[in-house]
Amino acid sequence: MIEIIVIIDYGAGNLQSVKNALDSLGVQSRITQDPKEIESAERIILPGVGSFGYLMTQLREDGLERPIKEALKKGIPFLGICLGLQVLFEESEESPGVKGLCIFKGKVKCFKEGKIPQIGWNTVKPVKKGIFKEGDAYFVNSYYVTPEDKKIIAATTEYFQEFTSAVQKRNLIAVQFHPEKSGRFGINFLRRWLEC
Amino acid sequence: MLAKRIIPCLDIRDGQVVKGINFGDIKKAGDPVELAKRYYEEGADELILLDITASYEKRKTMIDVVKKVARKIFIPFTVGGGIRNVDNIRNLLKAGVDKVSINTAAIKEPDIIREASEKFGSQCIVVAIDVKQKGLGWEVFIEGGRVATGIDAIKWARRVQDLGAGEILLTSMDKDGTKSGYDLDITQRMSETLNIPIIASGGAGSLRDISDALKYGKADAALVASLFHYRTYTINDVKKYLKKNNVEVRL
Repeated sequence: MIEIIVIIDYGAGNLQSVKNALDSLGVQSRITQDPKEIESAERIILPGVGSFGYLMTQLREDGLERPIKEALKKGIPFLGICLGLQVLFEESEESPGVKGLCIFKGKVKCFKEGKIPQIGWNTVKPVKKGIFKEGDAYFVNSYYVTPEDKKIIAATTEYFQEFTSAVQKRNLIAVQFHPEKSGRFGINFLRRWLEC
Repeated sequence: MLAKRIIPCLDIRDGQVVKGINFGDIKKAGDPVELAKRYYEEGADELILLDITASYEKRKTMIDVVKKVARKIFIPFTVGGGIRNVDNIRNLLKAGVDKVSINTAAIKEPDIIREASEKFGSQCIVVAIDVKQKGLGWEVFIEGGRVATGIDAIKWARRVQDLGAGEILLTSMDKDGTKSGYDLDITQRMSETLNIPIIASGGAGSLRDISDALKYGKADAALVASLFHYRTYTINDVKKYLKKNNVEVRL
């Protein structure tokens, strides 16, 4: 049986690179903005390029918020990437007044030190065992999540301060780095995600 | 901590790599996809593909190159050369490019930086600045270094940052091709003036030069072309040397 993997398209950014990375693992996936396809998906990836406000507006306009939330409620394996992690929280300093998906309690904050955005390779240090391994991954972010529930923190990274670089709650996994652009480390991470 | 990046650069004309002819074991020496894949496997942190195609018509071949490269390498890559407008940028991003590098068009119409960074995000807009020392400062050149602009490089860099550029690719024309080291002076000044990353380019002749650009020039990344093309050093040689000299790198 081939799993139906969907990559959610909200009209921005380079979604093809996520698909290319899955292709390299011999796994088929579909880029879609159809709510019905999300409802029937067996795995969901929410990639993230653009701004918090833009992404949330697009999800709402395209009618994707409800199917995403329902899929998460059902426990469908989900992977959020970059902004796809940030929008799981309540709000962001990037787009004041815009409500996120509110799956997790907590805010998304802006880095205060160093060059912004953080661009480049940084070390992911797992807090939880399992899908996360220590290694360098590619980051492009000015903002980071601050979960109220510390139990969901799956990995941390240092950029003039320690920040949460991954969260996990059962089948819901979301990462601040870009696995599709993190070389072998990223491809191996995706492979483990597909197997879990 | 965030690692310093080592970025090989491929010059591409009419869909074929120029330079890089010493890769004896690559079947098609001029194939950008093969070379990109090789650098990826050797541990490049990113890649830059510079399109030096002269004729406008043949530039379309670059889109095909990009699509193929995007399927083979899983690190970020930038395409520069001949980008004139937001449509060019959109087409490249759609084909799988992560960032574009704009040079002449940015000077001629600075608004392209603002428009593109608002549409696609600052993270994918690199502004390339080619400079020559002039008196106590540095002057910006465009059209592949053929045309002087009379614009001060530091002022221009500050402006492109304000317009929304995500990174600066700084090339010293005085140093380019000399193998006498990067221009540490302007690299450091620009890096300390700006709050966005600086990629140093032009002049790498030794391992020490690369280390100096990152340590003393305070660059966030170093672009390396001929040292890699001619196999003087591998990416791993460079990174091992940097690590030994206390520069944070991804190994």
